[in-house]
Amino acid sequence: MKVGVVTFPGSLDDRDAARAVRAVGGEAISLWHADPDLHGADAVILPGGFSYGDYLRCGAISRFSPVMTEIISQAKAGMPLLGICNGFQILCESHLLPGALTRNHELHFLCRDQKLVIENNSTLWTSDFQIGDEITIPLKNGEGSYQCDDTTLAVLESEGLIVARYLGENPNGSRDAIAGITNAQGNIVGLMPHPEHAIDTLTGPSADGLPFFTSILNRLVKA
Amino acid sequence: MAKIVVDVMLKPEILDPQGQAVGSALPRLGFNFAKSVRQGKRFEIEVDGEVTAEKLEQVSRAAETLLANPVIETFSVKVEQ
Repeated sequence: MKVGVVTFPGSLDDRDAARAVRAVGGEAISLWHADPDLHGADAVILPGGFSYGDYLRCGAISRFSPVMTEIISQAKAGMPLLGICNGFQILCESHLLPGALTRNHELHFLCRDQKLVIENNSTLWTSDFQIGDEITIPLKNGEGSYQCDDTTLAVLESEGLIVARYLGENPNGSRDAIAGITNAQGNIVGLMPHPEHAIDTLTGPSADGLPFFTSILNRLVKA
Repeated sequence: MAKIVVDVMLKPEILDPQGQAVGSALPRLGFNFAKSVRQGKRFEIEVDGEVTAEKLEQVSRAAETLLANPVIETFSVKVEQ
């Protein structure tokens, strides 16, 4: 099972994302922003970092890279797609997910271990969680405040499209403490915190991030 | 050479912590006139020759596609000589 991990100029967490895929028995393949070929990937991860220097707006320029054109079209047809941090910003800029990520409400870049609650385990990336699971994984961003209009928020809430929420004090001013959302089909997930940095206790605060990767591997194996 | 200017602002309902930070710095410097401050972006685009309706239309489409994110921002296009 091949999971593609895209490297944009300025991506930081592509190696950890690939490592997380390998840790659960998947084959991680590197995808390059300028190459529209997905090289047979069954699923794709857009990693964290500062693609294209975060110029203009985070993810705004990456969204128009050659690889994204192909990813957007395949994700609309059901391909599993996970965007972490900068990847979540790219998904919103691509309009694959609603809303936008804006400057943290207190303007600080945050880097901390963050507690989350999982609220949707019917997506392709969260099926190995139980609803209500509390997990601790790193959060590190300057523009992680999830914003959308009232109508969009009402749809996210009423249709159960919120995948994870921040527990405790809202770290960045996200509406309704949203840390991650999914599309109605459940194949596309955007998440601000970093599960790929929490796959073992040697290098992360926990192994709580693993189920995101086992979920997709199990799904792809069964498919 | 003509110049087309695109101004991009966050929609009024979107929190602007940068503008707020600027707004709270002003009184510390003795500038007490500001009720509130919102911060935006300005793009100055030089074009060859006359500014035509077609060029303005293209700039508007570029603003909507790339320069602004219509989910959280509005934009205006104007010509400066």
